[in-house]
Amino acid sequence: MGEGTLCNKKTVNTKEELQALLNDKSGKLYYEEMKHLDIDHAKIQTALKNTFKSRMKTWLEICAHCGMCADSCYLYTVNGKDPKQVPSYKIQSTLGEIVKRQGKVSNEFMHYCMDTAWSKCSCCNRCGTYCPFGIDMGIMFGYLRGLLYGQGFVPWELKIGAGMHRIYRAQMDVTTEDWVETCEWMAEEYEDDYPGLEIPVDKPNADIMYTVNAREPKHYPEDLAEAAILFHMAGENWTVPSEGWEETSLAMFAGDWEACKMQVESVYDAMNRLKPKRMVVTECGHAYRATVIEGPYWAGIKSGQTPVPSFHYVEWVAEALREGKIKIDPAKKIKEPVTYQDSCNYIRNAGLKDAAREIMSYIAEDFVEMKPCKEHNYCCGGGGGMNGIGRYRPERNIGLKMKRDQILETGCKLVVAPCHNCWDAIRDLEEVYEIGIRWSFLKPLLIKMMIVPEHLKPPEE
Amino acid sequence: MYEFVTGPLAWIAFLIFFIGVIVRAVLYIKGLAWNLDRVAYRDFPAAGAKGAIRSIVAWLIPFGTYSWRQNAAFTVMVFVFHIGLLVTPVFLLAHNLILKERWGFSLPTLPEPVTDVMTILMLLAALLILLRRFALPEVRILTTGYDLLVLAIAVAPFITGLLAYHHIGNYQFWLISHILSGEVFLIAIPFTKLSHFVLFFMSRAQLGMDFGIKRGGMKGRGMVW
Repeated sequence: MGEGTLCNKKTVNTKEELQALLNDKSGKLYYEEMKHLDIDHAKIQTALKNTFKSRMKTWLEICAHCGMCADSCYLYTVNGKDPKQVPSYKIQSTLGEIVKRQGKVSNEFMHYCMDTAWSKCSCCNRCGTYCPFGIDMGIMFGYLRGLLYGQGFVPWELKIGAGMHRIYRAQMDVTTEDWVETCEWMAEEYEDDYPGLEIPVDKPNADIMYTVNAREPKHYPEDLAEAAILFHMAGENWTVPSEGWEETSLAMFAGDWEACKMQVESVYDAMNRLKPKRMVVTECGHAYRATVIEGPYWAGIKSGQTPVPSFHYVEWVAEALREGKIKIDPAKKIKEPVTYQDSCNYIRNAGLKDAAREIMSYIAEDFVEMKPCKEHNYCCGGGGGMNGIGRYRPERNIGLKMKRDQILETGCKLVVAPCHNCWDAIRDLEEVYEIGIRWSFLKPLLIKMMIVPEHLKPPEE
Repeated sequence: MYEFVTGPLAWIAFLIFFIGVIVRAVLYIKGLAWNLDRVAYRDFPAAGAKGAIRSIVAWLIPFGTYSWRQNAAFTVMVFVFHIGLLVTPVFLLAHNLILKERWGFSLPTLPEPVTDVMTILMLLAALLILLRRFALPEVRILTTGYDLLVLAIAVAPFITGLLAYHHIGNYQFWLISHILSGEVFLIAIPFTKLSHFVLFFMSRAQLGMDFGIKRGGMKGRGMVW
């Protein structure tokens, strides 16, 4: 009673526990067990006492119930302006109630909280920028997710994801050997086309330490090859760490703060070990948010800064194009109208809007902004873990409508989406709604249009 | 009765108001934590201050933010309401005459017809805000009895003041009601949602620092509210 074999308050720390969860297809047993999960009231009370301080307390207390957050939320808009989707309502009826009742809540109520926290909020933080009091409900939902995770009320995929980080220091079961082999394989694979191409592993004191999303070595190793090609073209002195190469954090989506800390510390250890001048993160939004923006705080670094200065891929690309490290063939620039998907995690929540625009100015002849754009852009619909949760797939698909309509309004058939979650969401919205668009990361586009310097060209046959 | 409400009770009300507001601000700041809020407040005071000021100023300007512009009609109500609420009592001729008589100094005053119109506009805005609460489903779902009580506390001194000033009905009754409701208002500020009198600035500054220090303020041109 109270605790399930799969669904419980414990964290996943061994391969056996992880496998047991994975064997439970779609989490059938897991969700069944959740219906009988007990609530540890004292644990919630302690958590509230220790971590629920003036910022969030004030947010819940002074909310004027004015409803100005309603229209800021894409999930409210695309769900037919359902009042139950008003951000203030969503947070007051979940976290607000937990605080009011000091954690004395029922299993059914915790189910409501879980469904709300993971299917009615993608933590895009847009509402926080539309509230006159600066009440950031995305942050509160992140906090709520932490409380729910501690009680075992977390979607099956994210319990697994957090477990992956705990065991592999990656969101997927990619071991150090797998990773290093993939690097070698990719370098060999593309060496003929790009003589001298390398993916240097664990090279100390490089100018750039490059880190990725585990999906890349696992499912799209070409992405890694493309990154290598571009660094090679730009003449960068770069490396990847054999350990601490993973930037993403499903643990952040799950609210498993302990696993978040473990994950980012593996990257910071690599920085301290290899002492690169700076770190560059692949085209992923939440990875950058997790490791560069939030990570230092999880790791207890008081300055909130990573051990070496860290940059998102778009910052490096903007710099490489600006300084002529990579030259674009004017004839190969994108001629058709093209738009850009601003990722919430590195645009709204990290201020990189200008880098994105600068890149587009070099590679596109007809760049069309979405409306709204930059820090006011809407979430793709797949953020905050929503892309990966089977239980909430219908809700996610409704959420995609906002991005669909925004893209349709631009009239563009090509969307540049330098963020894994945005990229996935846009792929899925094409699959669901068939609006006839294409989407791309920056790397393949740049490789198609760059000028390869003479000395880097393969020898003539 | 008049002596009591304008004497000891007034002192108590003003004391509770001033001390309460300071206590709320101090407690707010004391409850901030760099590790829980995940904002390096101390390490980057300049970026923090810049973010905080931008965050406050943008929202104090009517139509100064995307959100204000998107909700234009409500923005007008909010600003008319708050300007009437905050400016009128401070620069009202009658209030300043009392100040002069008791303490020997006074602030500049607004002509009486102006404060009269400001009061009426403020009450009109309050009425529209109230109607909006019930007319719009997205606001209705949030509305509680407490919201109505707070609004009532805020408008009571203005309704009673207006009636007393124009000698409508029993002057003595409205005058005492006016003073009493004003005192209730002052006392309620630190203890209710009306604490946003000071916590608006605290909360806005905090989020401004969050964006100014952590969420891009030190990399880009900063958040455009």
